[in-house]
Amino acid sequence: MYRYDQYDQAMVDARVEEFRDQARRRLEGKLTEDQFKPLRLMNGLYLQLHAYMLRVAIPYGTLDARQMEMLADIADKYDRGYGHFTTRQNIQYNWIKLEDCADALADLATVEMHAIQTSGNCIRNISSDHFAGAAADEVVDPRPYAELMRQWSSFHPEFTYLPRKFKIAVIASEKDRAAMRLHDIGVRIVKRDGEIGAEFYAGGGMGRTPMIAPLIRDFVPIDQFITYAEACLRVYNRYGRRDNKYKARIKILVHELGAAEYIRQVEEEFAHLLSVGVEPPREELARITEYFAPPAFVDGPKAVDRSDPDFALWVDRNTHRHKHDAYVSAVISLKPAGGIPGDATSEQMRVVARLAREYSFDELRVMHTQNLLLPHVAIRDLPAVWQALDEAGLGSPNMDTIEDIIACPGLDYCSLANARSIPLAQRISERFAETGRTEVVGELKLKISGCINACGHHHAGHIGILGVDKKGKENFQLSLGGSEAEDVSLAKITGPGFDEDGVVAAVEKVTDVYLAQRSDGERFLDTYRRIGMEPFKEALYG
Amino acid sequence: MKILTGNDLRSGAVTWWNGSGWSLFVDDAVDVGEDAEEILAREEAARRVNVPYAIEASIDAAGHVRPAHIKDRVRALGPTVRRDLAVPTAQKTGWDWVI
Repeated sequence: MYRYDQYDQAMVDARVEEFRDQARRRLEGKLTEDQFKPLRLMNGLYLQLHAYMLRVAIPYGTLDARQMEMLADIADKYDRGYGHFTTRQNIQYNWIKLEDCADALADLATVEMHAIQTSGNCIRNISSDHFAGAAADEVVDPRPYAELMRQWSSFHPEFTYLPRKFKIAVIASEKDRAAMRLHDIGVRIVKRDGEIGAEFYAGGGMGRTPMIAPLIRDFVPIDQFITYAEACLRVYNRYGRRDNKYKARIKILVHELGAAEYIRQVEEEFAHLLSVGVEPPREELARITEYFAPPAFVDGPKAVDRSDPDFALWVDRNTHRHKHDAYVSAVISLKPAGGIPGDATSEQMRVVARLAREYSFDELRVMHTQNLLLPHVAIRDLPAVWQALDEAGLGSPNMDTIEDIIACPGLDYCSLANARSIPLAQRISERFAETGRTEVVGELKLKISGCINACGHHHAGHIGILGVDKKGKENFQLSLGGSEAEDVSLAKITGPGFDEDGVVAAVEKVTDVYLAQRSDGERFLDTYRRIGMEPFKEALYG
Repeated sequence: MKILTGNDLRSGAVTWWNGSGWSLFVDDAVDVGEDAEEILAREEAARRVNVPYAIEASIDAAGHVRPAHIKDRVRALGPTVRRDLAVPTAQKTGWDWVI
């Protein structure tokens, strides 16, 4: 994985000291909250419902054991012994004190981590396929390209005050495991006639106005990749609306201009930028790529002993095909039935770090599904890995099932939320686990957001739930048919909302319809697409 | 009644105006009536509180202060899903009134 050079480290260290001084001036009263707020947000420090919250960047979700151990130490030293892994492959701490924050950032800097650009109207943490570098179906490892984008977008002077926040995902396979087309810019690295290039999508997003990004160029030569991204951002920065924050995302610009006109303007800007020469030298990409050289895989057994049914179920559910046939990627579920999606204790983080060091070439990933991943586990080591995970409460065999719920922090933590997300996730996962229906239902992606900002990706859930405030009471809208994968679609609302008990029952009714109507091999989403909304509405409201 | 709440500048903890200072416990909150704006401006300027604001509340039959809005009721005790992290008075007041 990428390691900081002297420039990276110097920039991060300097930013820590700059923030230390800013926090000191705030605590001494030399800065008002209005003056301080944009400064703290640039360093990932929010003020949430109960306390300050620090969001730490994990570029494209990749980290090593040393970094995970530091995240655990931060949780113990400055927070309350746990952290929350997010849908942008980051981690959040919910109880950071302002007076401790610079010290926490300084500790993070010692392991090449920071919280820069995890908030504010700038280019946020670049996300990617969590199976990058391991997936059997990828064209190349997308992370060198994501890293190049990270370096280009960090402290980019022109894009520090964009009309609104800006999210980029980079993948390199036909399968989309990063919700790529629901990003402001989605990039798919492709190979055409042996040449590496990039497919660009622009203007996607969730939030109050969900949109699927249209394709804006099917092939950008890789040595013009950053230049094209710069052109996309320039057009947005120039014409994106700043008069209304609800219409300031690039999706609104692309929608209002029309994709064809946006493309025309980007191409014009692209031609201009090519003449100026803003592309990083090829040697820089080559230098970065060297950090992502595949580990030294060795041959070994290609199958496991399936005599323990619990272990066999976990292998079936939570491992993913690897490019080397003696290895798999192993998903570490942060979704125990009845648990809080994405939360991990410091002790669990240390267990995961140890397993990464011992069994996964010192590599870990944070998944946008709020799980963790050991990307390169030898099949022969799976029993030992599973046993250690199970003992740490991390062995739930539920990847991509209805228990594998994405849920935002909701009204339990977030100052923007209108309703709680986590208790719903807990009740639904518990109910399905208790009744044994999880396995019967199979793949079903359920996503819950506590407000219209859609941090819980409810628009992209096979089943989505949105919490709203209805006359001071929590109310939940149910939607069906979303997908953030390569078969991307936006979920549609079923009808009137439900209270908490009602929406849990509604999810069960919806799965009843699916089980009654499914054909062989159909996932919930397939059945929904075949039979449409009406049978589900009939069951819910009929 | 109208009460004042905000966050402690240093720790970020939720606090409530008790008439002479800022308490961690919602039951200490007092009715500020028409004085809300004056107190808020004074206290924020003195950095005794961060981003304070006035809210509507009531007092229940047992004498407990109950913020009107669900968001402030959640703020009063802590995350409903991590009751182990709640403010100490949560054990005494229970959680039934929050949601």
